[in-house]
Amino acid sequence: MNAYWIATIGTSVIAFLLKYSGHSVPEKWLSHPRIQRVNTLIPIALLSALVAVQSFSEKSALMIDQRLVGLSVAMLALMLKAPFPVVVLSAALSSAAVYNWL
Amino acid sequence: MSRVVSATFRDSLSVSLTVGAYGVAFGAAAVANGFSVIQSCFLSLLTFSGASQFAVVGVIGAGGTSISAITTASLLGLRNALYGVIMAPRLQVHGIKRAIAAHITIDESTGVALGQEVRGADQMRKGFWYTGIGVFIFWNLFTLAGALGAQAMGDIRAFGLDSAVPAAFLGLVWPRLKKNSDRALAVGCALFAIAMTPILPAGLPIIATAFIAIAVGLRK
Repeated sequence: MNAYWIATIGTSVIAFLLKYSGHSVPEKWLSHPRIQRVNTLIPIALLSALVAVQSFSEKSALMIDQRLVGLSVAMLALMLKAPFPVVVLSAALSSAAVYNWL
Repeated sequence: MSRVVSATFRDSLSVSLTVGAYGVAFGAAAVANGFSVIQSCFLSLLTFSGASQFAVVGVIGAGGTSISAITTASLLGLRNALYGVIMAPRLQVHGIKRAIAAHITIDESTGVALGQEVRGADQMRKGFWYTGIGVFIFWNLFTLAGALGAQAMGDIRAFGLDSAVPAAFLGLVWPRLKKNSDRALAVGCALFAIAMTPILPAGLPIIATAFIAIAVGLRK
């Protein structure tokens, strides 16, 4: 079994166990304000890190390429309150334009 | 009565369709990062949690190990456990129905359910089930479409897919940045991850930022 299958199945199993555990534990266990706060902060941290790593690295090397243009356009679209599909599509189109024609 | 039912149904359907359509971006991103069409579909069917799915393919695509990918995805999936805690007392289901409810406990089903609070407990339950099942159907159909589309492309950079993935992450984090402290955390974690990328094995710079979030959340 290769890394892709391990990641696919491992993630799926844990994702379900997390969801199911939420439905099964007493409410008071996870309703502490600190837990709630950590819960809102973790996605912010991980998703921001993923944006950065996916935009500016290739394996373990840092680099700047057409993805910087795509990311900038995505950010502009979000500032203009564009819906998610427009954000992704405009990033892809601008990045592809730079890659193909510059 | 029927007017109220249709309002909940309409909310659920519009969320299901728009969110489900993001599945195209996921399917394409998964294939762009080396996952097969079947694996992409498995992730949407079985993991069924957008941010976690993007994280798995993102970490593996960046050269991370499967352990790093699973860890990052699972840290993102923690919030679904908290949604379960909120929904369980309102749904009151057991056995196989509880397992199904758990599987469709995501941002959108919980969000729509809570949005029906003024319409009463019955509509909250309906909103949860309609949206969870609706997103599940559309998310999986669109994943397949995106994966097949990306597979037909060849050089994904020529189609801008290498930028679609970070743009998707940005679109997922953007609505969460409500306070200045959230924005500071986001920028700090982004810079930290970039700084650590040449030093730490792939995947770890991302996981490490979760601990920054925990430290910040517990300190306040």
